[in-house]
Amino acid sequence: MKGKNEMTASFPSLSQNEALARSVVAVFVSQLNPTVSELSDLRTAVSEAVTNAIVHGYRGTVGTVYITVRQVEEHVIQVKIRDKGVGIADIEKAMEPLYTTAPEEERAGLGFAVMQSFCDEVKVRSRPGSGTTVTLIKKLQPHVPASQAGKGA
Amino acid sequence: MGVRLLLTESSMTARLSGEIDHHGAREMREEIDRTAEKMRPKTLRLDFTSVPFMDSSGIGLILGRYKKAQLWHGEVVLQNLSEPLEKVVRLSGVAGLCRIEKTQEEEEENP
Repeated sequence: MKGKNEMTASFPSLSQNEALARSVVAVFVSQLNPTVSELSDLRTAVSEAVTNAIVHGYRGTVGTVYITVRQVEEHVIQVKIRDKGVGIADIEKAMEPLYTTAPEEERAGLGFAVMQSFCDEVKVRSRPGSGTTVTLIKKLQPHVPASQAGKGA
Repeated sequence: MGVRLLLTESSMTARLSGEIDHHGAREMREEIDRTAEKMRPKTLRLDFTSVPFMDSSGIGLILGRYKKAQLWHGEVVLQNLSEPLEKVVRLSGVAGLCRIEKTQEEEEENP
C-alpha cells in the first residue's frame, strides 16, 4: 500500500464550524470505507472535542482550532483536535461524566464520556494557559467494500 | 434547521429538524421553551424524525426540557430516535428519565 494519507484543517472557534469540522473528518475517513456506524461514531466524537475547544478552550474569545486526521495504520484513524486556549487544570476531573463548567449553556458534561465510548482511545494533553490537544483513535473493521466485492485484488 | 410545534390541549410535540450540536441546540431550546413555559404541557414530545445527527448537546437539550417539565409535573417523551441518536441517549442515562417512543408515521406516509 502507498504512503499513509493525512489532512490538516484550521478554523476560527465559531460554533457554526462544529458542523464543518465533523464533516471534513467524515469526508476524509470515507475514503477508507468505514461502516455507517463507525463514521457516525467518529463524527460524534469529533463534534464533542471541537465543541469543547470552542466552549471551554476559547471561552468568551475567538481563537483557532486545528484538526489533523491521519491514517496511522491501514485500518486505524487518528484525529487530533488542538486549541491554544485556557487549558485544563485537572484533566481527570474534566473527564468525569456529568462534570461541566458550563451548566448555564446546558452542557451535559458528557463530552469526554461520548468520546471514550465512541472511540477506541482518547488521550488528552493540556496545560493551563497554553491549550489542549485531544487525540482520538478509531479502529475500523476491515471489510471488503461492496464496490470491490467479487473483483480480484 | 428548526422546530415545528404541534399543540393539543395537554400535549406539545416539538418536531426538531436539522443536526443538533452546540450551535443548533440553543435556537431549538429557545423555540421550545417560549411556548412550553406558557402552555405547561402534561406531555412534551420531542420528535427526532428529521434529526440526522446529535451529539451530547442534544442530551443537554433533553435534560433541560426535562427539568423544566418537572416544574409543572409534566413528562418528556423522546420520539423516533434513529439508531445513532439512541446510542447517545442510552449512554447518557436520560433514557431512565424520559419515555422513548416510535410512531408509525413513516410507514403511513409511504405505504
